Amino acid sequence: MGVWIDSELCNGCKRCLKACPYDAVAMRGDKAVILEHCTACGACIEACRQDAVKTDVVAREIPDFSDHRGVWVLAEAQGGELNPVSLELLGEAQELARTLGQKVGVILPGWDIAGLAPTLARFGAAKICLAEDKALATYRVEIYTEIVAELVAEYKPDILLIGATSRGRELAPRLARRLKAGLTADCTMLEIDPDEKILLQTRPAFGGNVMATIASRYSRPQMATVRPGVMQPCECEGSQAEIINHLVKVPETPAVAAAKVLEVVREAKRKVRLNEAKVIVAGGRGTGGEMGFKLIEKLAEGFGGEVAGTRIAVEEGWVPVERQVGQTGQAVRPELYIACGISGAVQHRAGMQDSRYIIAINKDPGAPIFSVADWGIVGDLHQIIPEMLTQMAL
Amino acid sequence: MKIVVLIKQVPDTTEVKLDKKTGNLIREGVDSIVNPDDRQALELALQLKDDCQAMVTAVSMGPPQAVDVLSEALGMGCDAAVLLTDRAFAGADTWATSTTLGKAIEKIGDFDLILCGYQAIDGDTAQTGPQIAEYLGLPQACYVDNIENVEAGKITVTRRNDEGYERLSLTLPALLTVSKITVAPRYPMMGNLIDAGCEDAAIQIWNAVDIGALNSELGMEGSLTQVVKTFSPKTKRAGELLEGDVPEMVSELLGKVRQAHLI
Ligand SMILES: Cc1cc2nc3c(=O)[nH]c(=O)nc-3n(C[C@H](O)[C@H](O)[C@H](O)COP(=O)(O)OP(=O)(O)OC[C@H]3O[C@@H](n4cnc5c(N)ncnc54)[C@H](O)[C@@H]3O)c2cc1C
Ligand SMILES: Cc1cc2nc3c(=O)[nH]c(=O)nc-3n(C[C@H](O)[C@H](O)[C@H](O)COP(=O)(O)OP(=O)(O)OC[C@H]3O[C@@H](n4cnc5c(N)ncnc54)[C@H](O)[C@@H]3O)c2cc1C
Repeated sequence: MGVWIDSELCNGCKRCLKACPYDAVAMRGDKAVILEHCTACGACIEACRQDAVKTDVVAREIPDFSDHRGVWVLAEAQGGELNPVSLELLGEAQELARTLGQKVGVILPGWDIAGLAPTLARFGAAKICLAEDKALATYRVEIYTEIVAELVAEYKPDILLIGATSRGRELAPRLARRLKAGLTADCTMLEIDPDEKILLQTRPAFGGNVMATIASRYSRPQMATVRPGVMQPCECEGSQAEIINHLVKVPETPAVAAAKVLEVVREAKRKVRLNEAKVIVAGGRGTGGEMGFKLIEKLAEGFGGEVAGTRIAVEEGWVPVERQVGQTGQAVRPELYIACGISGAVQHRAGMQDSRYIIAINKDPGAPIFSVADWGIVGDLHQIIPEMLTQMAL
Repeated sequence: MKIVVLIKQVPDTTEVKLDKKTGNLIREGVDSIVNPDDRQALELALQLKDDCQAMVTAVSMGPPQAVDVLSEALGMGCDAAVLLTDRAFAGADTWATSTTLGKAIEKIGDFDLILCGYQAIDGDTAQTGPQIAEYLGLPQACYVDNIENVEAGKITVTRRNDEGYERLSLTLPALLTVSKITVAPRYPMMGNLIDAGCEDAAIQIWNAVDIGALNSELGMEGSLTQVVKTFSPKTKRAGELLEGDVPEMVSELLGKVRQAHLI
């Protein structure tokens, strides 16, 4: 099985070269050819407008999924509190459901969760399925897989969204395998294809260097984990929800019996919710250290905002890890993000480029951070920030 | 104790640079490496080998040149290696990847522990480990950074999560995905490679028939998801660079900030 190019049809446009995430297409003369290390991922097939990229993979028939309806969210709660990502997903689910003419549902497994139903309704859920049991108080992926799989099989959603939290990213793949469903990881954009009415799921790959759009045509529900902080919650007035209390029976499978939580340690400091701040002032290597971060703190205080940093600033110990912004830190979208001494690596931009306004202060005019900034100042932050503080009369 | 470590060959994305003019990726001359989390999984497995004579087998699915990562694993001290290579495996999503690796592990048969990396730096999904655990019906722990002990058929591990960390006990056989361990993975050594090479069956090569899989459950054909398109991340605003001396630039900036009602 594989992919090749019909050189008769190839017009040398190089769209396939650009589309290939593995750099496995090259030009030989004025025609494209597929190289040995091709993984047959198929990106070039979709990119080609000449139909020149051929494959011996038989076009599969798409089964009839008309019995699967509804855009569902798997919500997450801890100690009687919803994870904010659950409300973000409900916001996105409302939009998708509107486009499809379907309803929004939510599954919430856990303990001490009954009080959360009104919030779920207020943020857009029309059907709320609670699976409450003491056995679910301590989260274990094996038990949660059993419970959620049963509910999904019962309600047959068309789409199922899960927060890409540490729990979600270990539960979703196991659940998808159980449900025989395709799964897209850590999405940052979701939309409905206007013709096929399927979910197009866009996600960063290759450490944020490539964006890929994924479709799950051959299974239901179409499952995606979605990055926290990216989607917008949306409150709806006077909405009524149907609440279903599901009787939980924890099955005694070998995998369930084999795992035990010995200790759960919550590190309180990890709680900083940067994505609730209106203004974030962030520093990078260019701050030069603690002295520079003192300025960042003062500026943040002046704006009534929070301090954040790049991974370098975290590694240097200038700012604690829970304040790291980026692909491996938090995704934030404040009203104003001020980046000081930050080069703007793609992994950092991934966490902040959706901010409403971005200011960049950097002494290198070629720094990529300027490409995502609304306003930039080229200069030394040790001069610029003190001047800002002075002019703001701080 | 018998351990299987799953390792993937990946392009070194930390080296990937953007073309300043076109905004496209420059991938020429980028090296292929053992996925960083998988090197950490290998290190944890080899520590168990040091402590309790575990026998460690490295397994990789990929094109023929993925044999390089298995040589590196043998060089680090693994006892055996299996390369899964077949045109039929190409284009697999994580559903089909976990079927393929799951069937290979079933063929190996005798194992107590499976170690994977948490996440591969190319596909970036972190889905393969949990899906293999489900395929094999095993308990799983993701994001493991330390193995405390293995005793009486149970393994105790610590793993990170968004809130802090957890200590877990899993009955063997079990599957762990590994990331952010506290020690640096060991380097491959020529001596190990030569020792491993002396045994006949150092690197076995299996295809679809060897693992008893049908083409319809493998590769692109057996996948449930497809990559529809790929593109470079867009940078959507053109920065306006302010001009003048420092007080002028700052005053203009603060003016704009006030206009936007941000102060
Ligand atoms: C898998 C992976 C995940 C990652 N995840 C993240 C993540 O989540 N978050 C993250 O931030 N990074 C992440 N990184 C790291 C990222 O690639 C960059 O290395 C990092 O963001 C760079 O940090 P920086 O901008 O502070 O430092 P640098 O890139 O060194 O930039 C420093 C900048 O400061 C400027 N400067 C120096 N002195 C001054 C001065 N006096 N005044 C003004 N400007 C000055 C310089 O011109 C330069 O542009 C990740 C990397 C990988 C491979
Ligand atoms: C741009 C792009 C986006 C993609 N997005 C998706 C998606 O959203 N959903 C989806 O199902 N597929 C997706 N795929 C396909 C996916 O990359 C492959 O299925 C791949 O074989 C496994 O996924 P991964 O690279 O994300 O590995 P991960 O699941 O991140 O890998 C975790 C661990 O599993 C083990 N492992 C993974 N692959 C191998 C291997 N070949 N050999 C040995 N061990 C291995 C390693 O220990 C590794 O550290 C995508 C592919 C591309 C090119």
